[in-house]
Amino acid sequence: MSLVLIFFYVFGFLAIASAAFMLATKNVLYAAFGLLVTLLSLAAIFVLLFADFVAITQLMVYVGGVLVLILFGVMLSNQVQGRAVQSESVNGISGALVAGILFGGLAYLILSADYLYLEGINVADAAPVNTKSSIIAIGIRLITNFALPFEVASLILLIALMGAAYISTEDKHE
Amino acid sequence: MNNIPLIPVLLLGAVLFCLGILAVITKRHAIVVLMGIELIFNAANLNLVAFNRHQPDLMQGQVFSVFVMVIAAAESAVALAIILKVYSYFKTVNLDQIRHESDV
Repeated sequence: MSLVLIFFYVFGFLAIASAAFMLATKNVLYAAFGLLVTLLSLAAIFVLLFADFVAITQLMVYVGGVLVLILFGVMLSNQVQGRAVQSESVNGISGALVAGILFGGLAYLILSADYLYLEGINVADAAPVNTKSSIIAIGIRLITNFALPFEVASLILLIALMGAAYISTEDKHE
Repeated sequence: MNNIPLIPVLLLGAVLFCLGILAVITKRHAIVVLMGIELIFNAANLNLVAFNRHQPDLMQGQVFSVFVMVIAAAESAVALAIILKVYSYFKTVNLDQIRHESDV
């Protein structure tokens, strides 16, 4: 077993364990910290999968942006003082049943699908470690093949920013 | 043999997806439901990146996962704005209580 594979299993176990902790804990703040560990270990797994730009974007957007936003949401949406912010959970049995059946089906599909017809799947498993950064390739793709989705994504970001600012402004007429 | 095989990555993505679904179904705090949605986005990203390694010259998987992150960031910003507005109206973010009080 190579070192990369050991790291993958360590970070994968960490991701699953902290996601399970996020589900198990009742404290909303602890759930946010569990999500933080999951996102960090997923960034590490992205590095192991030769996706360095995606890993850095994960760190900046999720850990630096979305999670801070979620923590602000937890702080602003609770007026309890002196005790922890609790979240109750309902539908435990039926929810676990749905998730279990879904995972069973997904695992069955993943294990029984025949990936060998995919081009280069055996080549990639045996290829030497790619030492080039993927930033150059992604940058070129973003302004050639994926120029339209890139522009649409920037438009969506602008609209979401305006919408969030409009929704969260106080209504003066009430 | 230095590379991670495909099957364990896909299984990890499936586990994270199901945990996210479980969070969305069982939790009643609106922000925890949002965290479950983020977990689902990340599981999808993991699959995209895993398949990208098998066609590295096109980079479709990685570019698409960057777009997924853009949409996730926009979604969480709007969702948190809505949650704060709902909190200032109903004085709670418990989804069952909100549905009970709004009588829909």
